[in-house]
Amino acid sequence: MRKDQNLGEYLRSQGVSRRGFLKFCSATASLMALPPSAVAQVAEALAAARRPSVIWLSFQECTGCTESLTRSHSPTVESLIFDAISLDYHHTLQAAAGHGAEAAREAAQEENKGEYILVVDGSIPVDNPAYSTIAGISNLDMLKHSAKDCFAIVAVGTCAAYGGLPGAEPNPTGAVAVSDIITDKPIINVSGCPPIPVVITGVLAHFLTFGTIPELDALGRPTAFFGQNIHDRCYRRPFYERGEFAETFDDEGARKGWCLYKLGCKGPITYNACATVKWNQGMGFPIQAGHGCIACSEPRFWDKGGFYDALSTGDWGSREALLGAAAVGAALGAGSAIRARARKRKAMAEEEA
Amino acid sequence: MENMTLLDFARGPGLQWALWIFCLGVLWRIVGAMYLLGTKDLSKFRRNHYIRDGLRACLTRSTPAEAFEDKIRFQHISGYAWHIALFVSVLFFAPHILFFESIFGFSWPHLPNTIILFSGAVATALLIALLIRRVVHPVQRLISTIDDYISIVVVLLPLITGLAAFAHIGGRYETMLALHLLAVELMLIWYPFSKLMHAFMTFPSRYQSGTFFGHRGVKA
Ligand code: SF4
Ligand code: SF4
Repeated sequence: MRKDQNLGEYLRSQGVSRRGFLKFCSATASLMALPPSAVAQVAEALAAARRPSVIWLSFQECTGCTESLTRSHSPTVESLIFDAISLDYHHTLQAAAGHGAEAAREAAQEENKGEYILVVDGSIPVDNPAYSTIAGISNLDMLKHSAKDCFAIVAVGTCAAYGGLPGAEPNPTGAVAVSDIITDKPIINVSGCPPIPVVITGVLAHFLTFGTIPELDALGRPTAFFGQNIHDRCYRRPFYERGEFAETFDDEGARKGWCLYKLGCKGPITYNACATVKWNQGMGFPIQAGHGCIACSEPRFWDKGGFYDALSTGDWGSREALLGAAAVGAALGAGSAIRARARKRKAMAEEEA
Repeated sequence: MENMTLLDFARGPGLQWALWIFCLGVLWRIVGAMYLLGTKDLSKFRRNHYIRDGLRACLTRSTPAEAFEDKIRFQHISGYAWHIALFVSVLFFAPHILFFESIFGFSWPHLPNTIILFSGAVATALLIALLIRRVVHPVQRLISTIDDYISIVVVLLPLITGLAAFAHIGGRYETMLALHLLAVELMLIWYPFSKLMHAFMTFPSRYQSGTFFGHRGVKA
């Protein structure tokens, strides 16, 4: 996309029909929980939008988030929207390398001061900055430097949003989330391990359309995508209500599509768009494929007990500890009874005397 | 642990402490009470049907004396109904069974959620009714101690939060689930040191009274 083109011109030049574009706009509008009357407005704003400069920093991550986005079902309007942004810096996707790449980042930051969007995936190690560096610059320094003049930050993936896998117990690198470091810029957490591609582009589309920060929930996630509970929108819910649960992954219940609660599904405590937007061109989502939700869009989901332990089990410790407590209790009981008896005997003896 | 949520606390350390205190306290009380059984009965030995007398007392004490039945019918019936409703919702809700299974290592069949919801609602309503009765009934009020009131509230809280979590009302599910767990933990901690211990003590003490009466030749 040329710098002077707007998004509408660019999409047309890529062969996207008006009809296809409007379809995307109405899908986006409904995702953003806007009324149908807003579709025209979204379309108009999106078509006229200039390509925003995006700097994408990858810290302690697995590249899964980028994979999720780039492997999204192209060529769709979503992927074209992604193409339409001016991705001035992205490790995995940019052609430049080495110091040339860093120079490009500096230049883009300078040129788009106060306007560029900073996308971050991966967590930031703070125990020792040397755990993760880029061109000799620690993640911490690079984040602070790039955040200084940005318009807003999009923390893509659970690692950037909440520390994610690198932050799981015992957190050997002291991994923290973007929001633990940057406190003076709007931060939008697009969590998920990885996030749904449409949700990433949806947030970008929101920027392009309104130039504002979308409404966020208590965990900093756009409510338009993270406002719904997986369990509330799960098509297996009627089985849950009827108490029909798969006991193993290949039993009769599993084949009949029964609820996966007993197999560890964390849907009831998870907020994400999986059950509605779905994955792979809307084909399905993990629960539909027969595996419980692992709460990947929630903070510290790695440390919420086993993925295959039912939500209601909890970490009650060990049997030994419970037996130990019982033994201490029994000893105390015996002790107090013996003391009581001794007191009684003494009292009786005194009475007799 | 950083960033521990309420739910993480309720499912982890909160649960562990509550269970430790529960086990410790219950055993403390039971063993202490068992030692008291060893007290010598100084009365003359009258009958030798210990077991039969003990078991009979367990049965006869489970229904009110005929003379009182008219006066306490509501209490009698609702007391039984409340216990049954409570047991159904506590013991036959699938997520609860999974919890018990994780501790005891075995499980049993569950009931559909509609039945659980119904019994949970019945238990809650009855307990509230019994609490109100305790407050307004002059005799009941006279014989009630602070232990009675706290025990009722402490049992009521898990019921109410459980129903709310189930019905997704009052807050987000994870918040209600955390509150439900915390309420259960509060109950577990209060349990050994209160009248809630009756769950462990009722039948042994009835049995003990039966043998005691037998020993003394009391017909009761
Ligand atoms: S499969 Fe998971 S999300 Fe779906 S109804 Fe069962 S517990 Fe809820
Ligand atoms: S279903 Fe749950 S675990 Fe799976 S991708 Fe969605 S939020 Fe993550």
